[in-house]
Amino acid sequence: MIELEDVSHSYGGGELLSGISLKLEPGSFHFLTGPSGAGKSTLLKLCYAELTPSRGRVRLFGAELGGMDRDAVARTRRRIGVVHQDCQFLDHLPLSENISLPLLAAGRDVAAEAGNLKELMAWVGLEAQAGSLPPQLSGGERQRAALARAVIMAPDVILADEPTGNVDWEMSLRILQLLIELNRMGKAILVATHDLNLIRAAKAHVAARVLRIKGRQLLLAGADL
Amino acid sequence: MRRLPALGDAFAGDPGADRIVPPSGFTARLTQFTAAAMAFLAVFALALSLAAGRLADHWGEALARTATVRISAPEGQMATQTDAVLAVLATTPGIAGARLIPEDEQRALLAPWFGPDLPVESLPLPRLVEITETAEGMDAEALRLRLSGEAPGAVLDDHTRWRRPLVEAAGRLRLLGWLSIGLIGATMAAMIALSANAALAANARVIEVLRLVGARDTFIARAFVRRFTRRALEGAAIGTAAGMVAVAVLPGDGAGPGVLTGLGFRGLDWLLPLALPLIAAGVAFGATRLTAMRVLKGIT
Repeated sequence: MIELEDVSHSYGGGELLSGISLKLEPGSFHFLTGPSGAGKSTLLKLCYAELTPSRGRVRLFGAELGGMDRDAVARTRRRIGVVHQDCQFLDHLPLSENISLPLLAAGRDVAAEAGNLKELMAWVGLEAQAGSLPPQLSGGERQRAALARAVIMAPDVILADEPTGNVDWEMSLRILQLLIELNRMGKAILVATHDLNLIRAAKAHVAARVLRIKGRQLLLAGADL
Repeated sequence: MRRLPALGDAFAGDPGADRIVPPSGFTARLTQFTAAAMAFLAVFALALSLAAGRLADHWGEALARTATVRISAPEGQMATQTDAVLAVLATTPGIAGARLIPEDEQRALLAPWFGPDLPVESLPLPRLVEITETAEGMDAEALRLRLSGEAPGAVLDDHTRWRRPLVEAAGRLRLLGWLSIGLIGATMAAMIALSANAALAANARVIEVLRLVGARDTFIARAFVRRFTRRALEGAAIGTAAGMVAVAVLPGDGAGPGVLTGLGFRGLDWLLPLALPLIAAGVAFGATRLTAMRVLKGIT
């Protein structure tokens, strides 16, 4: 579904990632770890075409990123759910409208999908917060809402950038559980995190591959993870 | 033609899509005020252009169809030369009619300068013959040659010398009016483009989020285009209404051909300013769309 082949990315004259190859298949679960500033977020951005590689090839659902126009990139992003650490909500819209934003952007009838939206909000435990504005929510609620927005289009791939970065351990496990449920539905999951305890907790429930960015290269993590 | 449905969308509205861009009171008022002011000025430019056009047509028509023969002859030859002139004119192709202006009418023409009791008969005044031309017109040079032979004291004045600059001036005034309307439209487009640019910059985060969730450029642009088009339409409607009222209450009898006394709309001309709000909306639509698409190309 998403394939990076010998990809490098340069920023500000220096190479941040070098010779990265990665393939996300249906039903796969990957963790991406490494120290802060190693390039985890950059690698995720390459996966959903917010960044383009300075070298190498990125294929999204069989199509070369280099040959895609802006509309094609937009349509492809509807098949990729992204959860950011800072959630990226529109603060002037109630939570329910933020979560249904991908439907609106795709030209779908939001009113007709009100039932699905309600079900989704119940799944992430935010039914009562539907009318709240994003700044009124706690960190954990915002992360779960971001996850709900990421999956509302029933994407094939979920990319999560430090989804538990701002929440306590109990909430981290709850978000992890939601990601595992999505993976069991056949979604490909890629989670960038520096939380090794979260990775260990996940490996107790799912066959996850752990990748580490070290020295601009992508390596398979050791057996300790 | 692909833009027409989008222009329709701008008026139809989409409450859901409208809400994705946060409300911005200041730019809204600025855009409305700009559109209102420009529409107000455009009404006057239109009135000026139409009045100048009427003046140019009026003078041009008079220039093309009338001429005067002035006969200045010694007292004993005046009647003979007058008869000779009338005879020449009667046989000149292109002349529909020739009328010897009676003395009382001449007196009336001179009355504003010399008073009503002017003894015309005691003054050595020239006799005047008014000529009305046919649609084909006459050959003025040929007529001058014939008159110099038959009536040496007759001088043909086909009004060209003094009427033509006036007609040209009126024509240029009309052009200036239309040029002003064009400049007003271009200025409005520039100001709305600047406002749209500011709105897009202020909402960079909204745009990033929308791109992230898979929104196409046209969807994002439409949210801004719809808002600016509506504001321009509302503002221009207010400005046009105010401009029409101002033109309607301008002093003047409205019947004369002068620019000042004739500035205004006549008959169906009153329908023309009603197109200004729609034109303003179209200008806002184009300016905002171009700006939005240009800005969006810089955002991944």
